[in-house]
Amino acid sequence: MLSLTGVHTHIGQYHILQGVDLVLPHGELTVLLGRNGAGKTTTLRTIMGLWHASRGALVFDGSDITQTATADIACAGIAYVPENMGIFSDLTVHENLVLAARDGEPDKARLEWIFGFFPALKKFWNQAAGTLSGGQKQMLAIARAIVEPRKLLLVDEPTKGLAPAIIQSLITAFRELKAMETTILLVEQNFNFVRSLGDSVAVMDDGRIVHVGPMAELSENLDLQQKLLGLSLDTHQ
Amino acid sequence: MTTTATSALADSELPRLRLDVAPLLLLPILALLALPLVGSFPTWVTLTIAGLAMGMMIFIMASGLTLVFGLMDVLNFGHGAFVSVGAFTATLVLLPMQGWMQADSVLLNLSALGLAIALAVLVTGALGWAFERVIIIPVYGQHLKQILITMGGMIVAEQMIHVIWGPDQIPLPLPASFRGVLLFGDVAVEKYRLLAVAVGLIVFAAMFLVLNRTKVGLLIRAGVENSEMVEALGYRIRRLFVGVFVAGSALAGLGGVLWGLYREMLTAAMGSDLMVPVFIVIIIGGLGSVGGCFIGAMLVALVANYAGFLAPKIALVSNILLMVSILLWRPQGLFPVAKR
Amino acid sequence: MMLSRMFSGDFPRSRFLALMLLVAFAGLTLAPFLFPGARALNVAATICVFIVLVASYDLLLGYTGIVSFAHTMFYGIGAYGVGLSLYSVGPTWGAVFMGLTIALILSLVLALVIGLFSLRVKAIFYAMITLAVASAFAVLASQLSDFTGGEDGRTFGVPEVLRPGFRLIDAEVFGTAINGKLITYYLVFFSALALFLLLLRVVNSPFGRVLQAIRENDFRAEALGYRTVVYRTLANCLSAVTATLAGALMALWLRYTGPQTTLSLTIMMDILLIVVIGGMGTLYGAAIGSALFILAQNYLQALMRQASEGLAAVPVLANLFHPDRWLLWLGVLFVLSVYYFPSGIVGKLRGRK
Ligand SMILES: Nc1ncnc2c1ncn2[C@@H]1O[C@H](COP(=O)(O)OP(=O)(O)OP(=O)(O)O)[C@@H](O)[C@H]1O
Ligand SMILES: [Mg+2]
Repeated sequence: MLSLTGVHTHIGQYHILQGVDLVLPHGELTVLLGRNGAGKTTTLRTIMGLWHASRGALVFDGSDITQTATADIACAGIAYVPENMGIFSDLTVHENLVLAARDGEPDKARLEWIFGFFPALKKFWNQAAGTLSGGQKQMLAIARAIVEPRKLLLVDEPTKGLAPAIIQSLITAFRELKAMETTILLVEQNFNFVRSLGDSVAVMDDGRIVHVGPMAELSENLDLQQKLLGLSLDTHQ
Repeated sequence: MTTTATSALADSELPRLRLDVAPLLLLPILALLALPLVGSFPTWVTLTIAGLAMGMMIFIMASGLTLVFGLMDVLNFGHGAFVSVGAFTATLVLLPMQGWMQADSVLLNLSALGLAIALAVLVTGALGWAFERVIIIPVYGQHLKQILITMGGMIVAEQMIHVIWGPDQIPLPLPASFRGVLLFGDVAVEKYRLLAVAVGLIVFAAMFLVLNRTKVGLLIRAGVENSEMVEALGYRIRRLFVGVFVAGSALAGLGGVLWGLYREMLTAAMGSDLMVPVFIVIIIGGLGSVGGCFIGAMLVALVANYAGFLAPKIALVSNILLMVSILLWRPQGLFPVAKR
Repeated sequence: MMLSRMFSGDFPRSRFLALMLLVAFAGLTLAPFLFPGARALNVAATICVFIVLVASYDLLLGYTGIVSFAHTMFYGIGAYGVGLSLYSVGPTWGAVFMGLTIALILSLVLALVIGLFSLRVKAIFYAMITLAVASAFAVLASQLSDFTGGEDGRTFGVPEVLRPGFRLIDAEVFGTAINGKLITYYLVFFSALALFLLLLRVVNSPFGRVLQAIRENDFRAEALGYRTVVYRTLANCLSAVTATLAGALMALWLRYTGPQTTLSLTIMMDILLIVVIGGMGTLYGAAIGSALFILAQNYLQALMRQASEGLAAVPVLANLFHPDRWLLWLGVLFVLSVYYFPSGIVGKLRGRK
């Protein structure tokens, strides 16, 4: 579905991504792990075209998107939930979703499906998004990404600040999205959350992918966990 | 991007956004405070309406500027050029059509005025489009160069006005039916000021509707807050930006026509002279906020009119004092725009 | 060695540029003898004052990356301070120094207040605020006409030695009378030279280098432990004080002060044009730019008049070359230089070597 080959990204004079190779197979959920500052967010932003790769190639769905503008990448079928959620606080929940749906009102049935996971959105439908709580904003950010079916979903640390109950519905949501053959790239620090969800795992460090493998392997192999995630697992639990 | 810090801040600040009425109350409070100082009720009404009329015109000119800044972080120091060009373009219609202008018929007067405004808006809109292509694009994202280059653009535009229309001031008489005053008992109100207030209210209402009820409006407001996310949702922010820039230039042109008629005299420098109150207005309102710009324009104009009556010597300095006191109260302006 | 200390180790670094500077320097030094005539001497003195005025602005714009529109305000404060003091107290040196002291204090306080108030925010904010304050100040100066003389300004007497009627020696030197006008010229010239060298020293000091670091990346400079607000405010104050001194020199030279000669926004635009066309971030640019600009302002317009008269048959073209339209061409040159050679004339010359 999406492949990154030897991607380098510079931000100003800083060389952040130093040759990222990553393949996201169709319909699978890939988890991207790594310690703080490893370059996970930068990877997602490079995919979205918010930073442009200075070297290497990104191919999505058969076409090269290395130099494509962000808006066109989005229209090609990639949805993005940024780390800071990027909700429009001056707009209502409804208006946020209208913009995300791109053409016209969001589909009714799909909305009901989303309300199933995130009932708060229904409750605050006509309220300015800025007045939502942090967790509710996160729900809105995710809802915006899935309000229309997209081919690929990029999600940056969705569990930040969410209550366990909501995390549970998030897991359900991702399961159902997978069932609809949506390809997902999920950046996460909370290993327990992604343990049951992920098909495969990529681990980043210092702007490179240092490990790729099936989730089952990492999930069972404690030594490998220790080696790859080591302290970062303890500090983030 | 600084992420966590700003979003944490936003959490505590944003919920007040919609319910923030304190700035709205400033206007009536100011007007009421001025009443005993002015002393006479009819004078007070005249001053207040004069202030509102002036405020409406400044708002029309400033609104585009503040939106462009909010959306793309571009501040056009040459915005005043559109004001002058708009006013001078209007003379192309108004001077040959003096027959209609001086006819004793509101309809003919308004038609001539309408035609002039239409032409001015078209020309300044087109000019804005060209200005954006030639002047702004190359310096996008570089504030220092932006200031310099847009200043340079304004110098060139002003000089071109001299080249085309000659070096002299051009007198622009008001249409017959908008000259003079209306009397309501003791209260005298200049007719043209009422017209200016009406046009200003129409523009404000139209902008309000577009920004709140249309998708383009939603996109503009979303873009002011977080243009990257608008892109990531699949919209080309550039097109939006060009549209807003053109609309803002056209509004400046409209403001120029209104202002020119108000002063009944056109000078090429009228636009750059107006930049000072315009900047004060958008600073007071909060850079990027249209509502703030409206309130700011009214405040500035009312204060200028009251001060002009009470203490003429400090009339222009009064704006600075107003700005300083507002900024001491709210350092980001009346309606701070939430930014990423 | 001597030379190196005088130039603070910052040499022109281009043969042609050095030659131009040398010509300008020699021309200004010997102006009263080389170019007799009131007009020529007036041009020379204006160039001297503008070199200081523009160089002090370059300290802000070119070296610190701050756009201010209040520079003519400080210039005006200097001119009005000296002028009004001489006008009301009488033509004594005491009045000159009193006026200058008051002006310097006022400038310093204003620069400090404006700086602390708005330099923490974006460059754009500062530009807008200074524009507003400066225009309010100009209006104030013309409104308080009992005190300032309003639009007409004030004409005043200067201390005896500076008056045209004063003769230092009775004989003429190379056909030029050694009178008060000449003495005033050299007062202006040497003060300007001293101020210019002082500014050169400042920008090449560690302080100047911190300013440049802030201009390049204020975030980083802050991270390195420099309080950017403090440095910016200091640069602002220094620049304001120098502009005030330039204004005082201008007042002494003209024996007149008024809104058009010191406070107007037109002069602010001129300064901006000179800095950018001459070359931002190099004081030599200010010197070359001022000399060329003032010369052009005084002599090029005659050329344009001829062109315009030659084209009289073609109305719009004739207008394009009308002498009053020379700002148009400068504006175009200005826009082009911001795009294509942001380092101005000096940058071009240095690039060529
Ligand atoms: N705008 C920027 N300018 C300069 N450097 C940046 C910028 N954004 C990110 N970086 C640097 O890039 C590196 C990678 O950042 P990135 O945000 O991709 O990390 P991350 O893996 O998402 O970390 P986290 O788990 O904390 O979210 C960091 O060292 C960071 O300092
Ligand atoms: Mg991250």
